[in-house]
Amino acid sequence: MQIYAGFFCILRYNKKMNNNTITIRGLTKSFGKLKVLEGINLNVEQGTILALLGPNGAGKTTTVRILSTLIIPDDGEVTVNGYDVVEQADEVRGSIGLTGQYAAVDEYLTGQENLEMMGRLYHLSKADSKRRAQELLQQFDLVDAAARSAKTYSGGMRRRLDLAASLVATPPIVFLDEPTTGLDPRSRLAMWDIIQQLRANNATILLTTQYLEEADKLADRIAVIDRGQVIAEGTAADLKSQVGEERLVLVVAKESHFDLAVKAMNVPDMQINAVERTMSIAIKKNVSEVKQVLDRMEQAHIEIDSLSLHKPTLDDVFLRLTGDRELADNVQNKSK
Amino acid sequence: MMNSQTATQHQTHTINPQQHSKLYWIIVDTWVLILRSLKHIFKNTDQLMGLVIQPIMFMLLFRYVFGGAIQTEGTTYVNYLVAGILIQTAAFGALTTSMSVAQDLQRGIIERLKSLPTISSAVMTGHVVADLVRNTISSFVMILVGLLVGFRPTATFREWIIILGLLLLFTFALSWIAAILGLIARTVESVQWLGFLLIFPLTFASSAFVPTSGMPTVLRVFAENQPITHVIESMRALMVGTPMNNHGWIASIWCIGIIIVAIPFAAYLFRKHQTR
Repeated sequence: MQIYAGFFCILRYNKKMNNNTITIRGLTKSFGKLKVLEGINLNVEQGTILALLGPNGAGKTTTVRILSTLIIPDDGEVTVNGYDVVEQADEVRGSIGLTGQYAAVDEYLTGQENLEMMGRLYHLSKADSKRRAQELLQQFDLVDAAARSAKTYSGGMRRRLDLAASLVATPPIVFLDEPTTGLDPRSRLAMWDIIQQLRANNATILLTTQYLEEADKLADRIAVIDRGQVIAEGTAADLKSQVGEERLVLVVAKESHFDLAVKAMNVPDMQINAVERTMSIAIKKNVSEVKQVLDRMEQAHIEIDSLSLHKPTLDDVFLRLTGDRELADNVQNKSK
Repeated sequence: MMNSQTATQHQTHTINPQQHSKLYWIIVDTWVLILRSLKHIFKNTDQLMGLVIQPIMFMLLFRYVFGGAIQTEGTTYVNYLVAGILIQTAAFGALTTSMSVAQDLQRGIIERLKSLPTISSAVMTGHVVADLVRNTISSFVMILVGLLVGFRPTATFREWIIILGLLLLFTFALSWIAAILGLIARTVESVQWLGFLLIFPLTFASSAFVPTSGMPTVLRVFAENQPITHVIESMRALMVGTPMNNHGWIASIWCIGIIIVAIPFAAYLFRKHQTR
């Protein structure tokens, strides 16, 4: 009997520690009459990056603000690091680092003063605050600018300082609200590098972005949100496969051959563009299919200028998912 | 770009937040944020210059341009003027608190502080205390300039201490109102006109620059009974020996009353910003 009891204990323990550092159940939030979140469900596993992807006004920032205890949800259950964001707000605050949309650094203080102050406000000792400030200045390539006031920093430096400030207490969970919006390509790459390092150090990260490339590159899982709901969730590959297969695009060399080529191909679901002389054919991850197509062209004596394989991008996913909704809405409106 | 060695080290140190009582953190957080605001005084030199130069211009303007046409009883006009200029400077100076609070809101700094395990409303206390220090500096400059243009105070050392105390009490009270204004206005731009709308009539419809006796009845009744006049009259009485009457008591009660109401209200508004 006792053995069984012990076994069940372990089971229950495992269930409690289900590895989800962030859980969101049925989260709703309205500002007055405006419904911003309409029942969000999400989990983020420990040590992974989840990207919240969505257009402006989809509810990304509101979700982050609720997770970081800045606003109180209307309904739903939200836990961060095992703590309830409403009932245990102080414990949540001790577990997170938040980098908001604007670089919230004190302009008049130097980079070093900013970081040391943040350490003190995270309730680290003076010595720890000093040491962490030094470490972060090095890590974020700000040593040379450490003694200058933040007012003199470039946009990229400010963002780095801002992110460094949220990491002073090495929080296990980091929220990044549009961390690279408005950065030049070099600074964006530097920021991506930093975010990947954080993940390598076992931090759990939730980031919001409007850039599909960013979500594709950084995130383990992506949640697409639109008008306050999660409309798709999964790995980048999952989402892409929802949109469909890869496509083979052929460019016919001579304009006079184009009609002939279309006839010779003769497959369903073919997209053609006579002006650009392109044919696009869905293929199902099979190289022999490509060979078949080329053989067919050769038999018909059609010269091919170039061919390329197109994998669906997250842009396709996004447009498809949000487009479907708009279409559905239109149908609904008409039937009313 | 990145120093990967230090980057991978970054989680190997164990850094633990210290554990202390709530009261301990109220004091420490407030102190940290006071230090922050104090650093602003000398780093934001444009603001500091503005706060010193504007009242000097007012002093010279009233002393030499308008002063000849204004009759004051019992003392010279320059002696009459200094108390008014000091209080006007303190009143406009308090708007720096509004600006700082609005700026912190706009820049997302208050948002960030609220996401920390910090007593975040202490950010306002920081700005208010910085305001006291800034005001003491500009008052000192003001009195020096006054002495150069003919101000001849009769106050004893003890009276100067009371003058400083009253000035700080007044600044403290007004600075908390300014913090509330900053929370309501939300942007630096709206602070500028809202603050002007509040402070301008209060300082000019008072006995700061001219005796109230020459004002039309309605204005005179307002000017004689509003708190700023009582504060100015008390300062003037202490500095150059004009009649004190009940001004001292009324001024102190006004200031303390404002403080008692304004601090909890500011804290309430600050929290309310969160649940919006």
